[in-house]
Amino acid sequence: MKYTYYPGCSVLATAKHYQESIDAIVGPFGIELEELEDWNCCGATAYMSVKELMSFAISARNLALAEPFHRDLVTPCSACYTVLTKTNQYFAEYPDLRKKLGLALEAGSLSYSGNVRVRHILDIILHDVEDGKLESLVTRRLEGLKVAPYYGCQIVRPGTDFDDPDDPQCMDRMIEALGATSVDYSMKAKCCGASLMGTQENLALRLCKNLLLEAEKNGADCLITVCPLCQMNLDVYQGKVNKLFGTKFNLPVLYFTQLIGLAFGIPERKLGLQRLVVKCTEPLRKFIVGA
Amino acid sequence: MADRVGVYVCHCGTNIAGKVDIDEVVRYSRGLPGVALVRDYKFMCSDPGQGLIQKDIEAGLIDRVVVASCSPLMHENTFRKVCERSGLNPYLFTMANIREQCSWVHVDMSQSTEKSKALLSGAVRRAAFLQPLEKRVVPINPRTLVIGAGIAGIQAALDLAEAGKEVVLVERQSSIGGHMSRFDKTFPTLDCAACILTPRMVQVGQHPRIRLMAYSEIEEISGFVGSFKAKIRRKASCVDPELCNGCGMCWEKCPGSRVPKKGNVHEKLSLGPTTAIYMPFMQAVPAVPIIDRDSCIYFQKGKCRICEKVCERKAINYDMEDSFEEFEVGNIILAAGFQTFDPSDMTRYMYGKLPNVMTALEFEIMNCASGSTGGKILMADGSEPKSIGIVHCVGSRDKHYHEYCSKVCCMYALKFAHLIKEKTNAEVFNFYIDMRCSGKGYEEFYDRLLGEDVRFVRGKVGEISHLSVSAGEEGKLVVRVEDTLLGTVRRIPVDMVILCTALEAPAGLKDIATMCNVSAGKDGFIIEKHPKLGPVSTATDGVFIAGACQAPKDIPDTVAQASAASSAVLSMITREKIEIEAATAEIDEEKCSGCRICNNLCPYLAIKFDEEKKVSVIYEALCKGCGTCVAACPSNAIIAKHFQNEQIYAEIEGLLTAG
Amino acid sequence: MHGLNRVPEVEGEMLQKDIVFEATLDHDFLDEIYALPGGHEIKKCIQCGTCSGSCPTSYVMDHAPRKMFSLIRAGFRDEVLRSNTIWLCSSCYTCAVRCPKDIKITDVMYALKRLAVTEGKAKHQKGVVLSRIFAEIVNKYGRNHETELMIRYILLAEPFRFYHFISQGWNLFVNKRLPFAPHRIKNIEQLRRILKKVDELGEI
Repeated sequence: MKYTYYPGCSVLATAKHYQESIDAIVGPFGIELEELEDWNCCGATAYMSVKELMSFAISARNLALAEPFHRDLVTPCSACYTVLTKTNQYFAEYPDLRKKLGLALEAGSLSYSGNVRVRHILDIILHDVEDGKLESLVTRRLEGLKVAPYYGCQIVRPGTDFDDPDDPQCMDRMIEALGATSVDYSMKAKCCGASLMGTQENLALRLCKNLLLEAEKNGADCLITVCPLCQMNLDVYQGKVNKLFGTKFNLPVLYFTQLIGLAFGIPERKLGLQRLVVKCTEPLRKFIVGA
Repeated sequence: MADRVGVYVCHCGTNIAGKVDIDEVVRYSRGLPGVALVRDYKFMCSDPGQGLIQKDIEAGLIDRVVVASCSPLMHENTFRKVCERSGLNPYLFTMANIREQCSWVHVDMSQSTEKSKALLSGAVRRAAFLQPLEKRVVPINPRTLVIGAGIAGIQAALDLAEAGKEVVLVERQSSIGGHMSRFDKTFPTLDCAACILTPRMVQVGQHPRIRLMAYSEIEEISGFVGSFKAKIRRKASCVDPELCNGCGMCWEKCPGSRVPKKGNVHEKLSLGPTTAIYMPFMQAVPAVPIIDRDSCIYFQKGKCRICEKVCERKAINYDMEDSFEEFEVGNIILAAGFQTFDPSDMTRYMYGKLPNVMTALEFEIMNCASGSTGGKILMADGSEPKSIGIVHCVGSRDKHYHEYCSKVCCMYALKFAHLIKEKTNAEVFNFYIDMRCSGKGYEEFYDRLLGEDVRFVRGKVGEISHLSVSAGEEGKLVVRVEDTLLGTVRRIPVDMVILCTALEAPAGLKDIATMCNVSAGKDGFIIEKHPKLGPVSTATDGVFIAGACQAPKDIPDTVAQASAASSAVLSMITREKIEIEAATAEIDEEKCSGCRICNNLCPYLAIKFDEEKKVSVIYEALCKGCGTCVAACPSNAIIAKHFQNEQIYAEIEGLLTAG
Repeated sequence: MHGLNRVPEVEGEMLQKDIVFEATLDHDFLDEIYALPGGHEIKKCIQCGTCSGSCPTSYVMDHAPRKMFSLIRAGFRDEVLRSNTIWLCSSCYTCAVRCPKDIKITDVMYALKRLAVTEGKAKHQKGVVLSRIFAEIVNKYGRNHETELMIRYILLAEPFRFYHFISQGWNLFVNKRLPFAPHRIKNIEQLRRILKKVDELGEI
């Protein structure tokens, strides 16, 4: 299965280990990700706060570049996923916007007819791969490990078609398939604060605190995420949460691909696990190869 | 071809005369082919106006009538009756609409006049080709089929039966009574629902003129107004109603269970026995139990048969099969009721995920004195709740589910608040968007509740969670809501949550609607003939509707509508026969090739295929003369009476050669 | 403005305590919102409060989302654009997904952000600084450079608290999650041509 790959800016920097773990696990699934050449930033939430048409336009450039390949465009980042999906939806629904985008793209000698389907990498790994393939590739079942899936916001809202917006289940099922125990907790799809961590830190820290508290209360040994910003907030700022609220969280926050990699027996450094700020202590540690 | 056409041009006061030059039109008409005389008058529909036509016909001066006036929808019938009274076949009359299609929609007088002349030219030419037609008369069978035996069906059936007419009452559940039989008290009077309903149920059960078919479904309906044929499937309940005396031995001894044996209080909620052989509630009519095969040990595992052993009347028959019965009826009243919205899809309210989140109907059942909790309000673990949150508008007023307002929820939410206050010491919160209390005594009921220390919070609940971030929230259901009147976000911990779920069209309504030849709208409810003036009739003659299957409504409105429907039916029955419109379509047997293209096109399902003759046949009584089949027939075998090709071509020629 | 009832403006108060005279309200404000894709749906708001009840940050906002819509429809331009509400929206889309009238609430928040910036009514908001720098970086390289974004943001928005950010910065740096050099796209000219055209077309 071949896809056009849209990495997004974060995997080049703060989410480097996300990319590393993706690279490590797609091979066994038979997934081939061909990076979209010369892709540009999708704009995320920040660009839309300053300019609207321009925001749609820079996002559309990527869609226009991807269209000739006649393949799904896959991205690992929830924000990129939402921006690109939204561009598609609005392109289809609002003729005025469609016209203006057409003119803008034309200025860059590009055109777009709305035929690129945007997917999140979680979606293709869980739903495009044949049933049972994931289980068959597991070489070390993560027995006894309690994992709290953290979906965050923009992978399930606003316009996702592959899971419930308030109570998604696909990652829970994936965790069980890897042999681990999925932790059900009420904050699994609630906001971590996103970019508010930069501008309104205490507020975002409080949201993260509630999240981590719920996961921990329900017995989680670690969390898994699908979004670079969520991962950063919960991992890099976990120390700040502890400092502000007097909590003693020590929950490693992995990317879901890193967890899959562990179950496949892929060594620590190949999955970029050493880059986590909250280090992998027991009970997670015993599943790591080359620890 | 006729050559004595009488043309009558109406002024309609200034409605027509103000924008059309009547004199010019009259002058022009005199020159049209076949016209014997032309008259004009201020109001043709008035008595003197009609008299002009009558005199001319009786004097033998004309043999065709053209009236240039308003829309046929207004006065076609009026002028047809004039012709009839004067001895001229009413179908030798046609109208030219120079009001709605001319004077009312144009501003330029000369243009309106030219258009009127053209319309008249067309009408006059058409008139020459008109043929006399005879109206058919169909008898009305005095028996009525009532589908659904909730309060609507019960009321309609009793009205008809008391008027001396026979009724066949079909109910798909094993007992009649519908949703009302599951209510504890009704708003605003707090009457006990069972107390006011059961006497009527008994009356229905004992009435000599009501043929009650419970645990039955409609299999097929054919025919047309006055003579419908209904085939009814009597489902196999495995208990013979003729032999059973309702003693209750069978369910007393039955070891099977329809609810989880180790279930909590809420999982075991019921009004009657929860065994596999059961009656839904103790006042059931007919008082005959049925066997639920999914939970019956004999049907699932082949063992047991205890009920058969203990039944003194030998009424149990495991080999019973569905049986069928056919009835001939003249009219149908569709009173299929409603069902409640399933909030499992609204994951943010946690129904089915957290205990103590219940739907309104479940809470209602819990309150019934004859129910499994004896009317006590209990949490899932059997303890008494100290606080209850009632959430309005679950599934209603929501573009993601049902856009409409379900009308009764605000009132029953208030009722619940009252019942909780009466029976427990619990704190009660009502979370609402608007308080809709428009019926008689309803606003006064709201006033009463305001005085009963109920906490009203105006805000639609965002979510229910079991996250606890503050004192008093541990182990509770936390309602997160914006108190819009205060403009603050609140987290309110409660022990129990009641979801006021929307009323929606019941499962299978579309299928029954198709069988009865009526349609359901976008919201799922049956479409009435006219939203203001025709609430109980439908586009199909002889099929009437009543109750919640037409739109969500409370009990008083349901009863009123049911009586309205039975009154409409009685009007048909007392007339004994009705006239069917004669301008229908007819298939020429000789020309029909049996291709059957027309069969599926007919919106009124009026065309059937004769297997013996291998030709299609139109049932005149169902045909509305819409012309769809006429246009579709590849062999030109179908004629639209009163709109034949020659007539239409003549009219077109008239329009084109005018001026 | 105003009348005998006027009370002197209280320091920091958003709303002046006075009768609200129609002449002081701005109903053209609405046209800008209606111009958004799907903008006319705002008219259908029944003020149910689901949005505010669902929003993770509404409890600290000046005006919760529902109130914002009420203010927008009444024409309180200044209150709306000066409020902190719009800068406290984290784009979680919970409100938009639950709104019974299917109003694109998050999009309206973005529009308000843009209006506030254009009209200079949000100068003190750190969110503006972050978004502006982000856009500049993307325009410059074609891709975001998180290291540069963080450094410039701290220098501009929190210059006297830079020490506060040292531990995160160090943690990221030490784990090689903060590269020095930016990634640039090759065909930056193409992107610039597109952006220039958008400038000419004007915003929606």
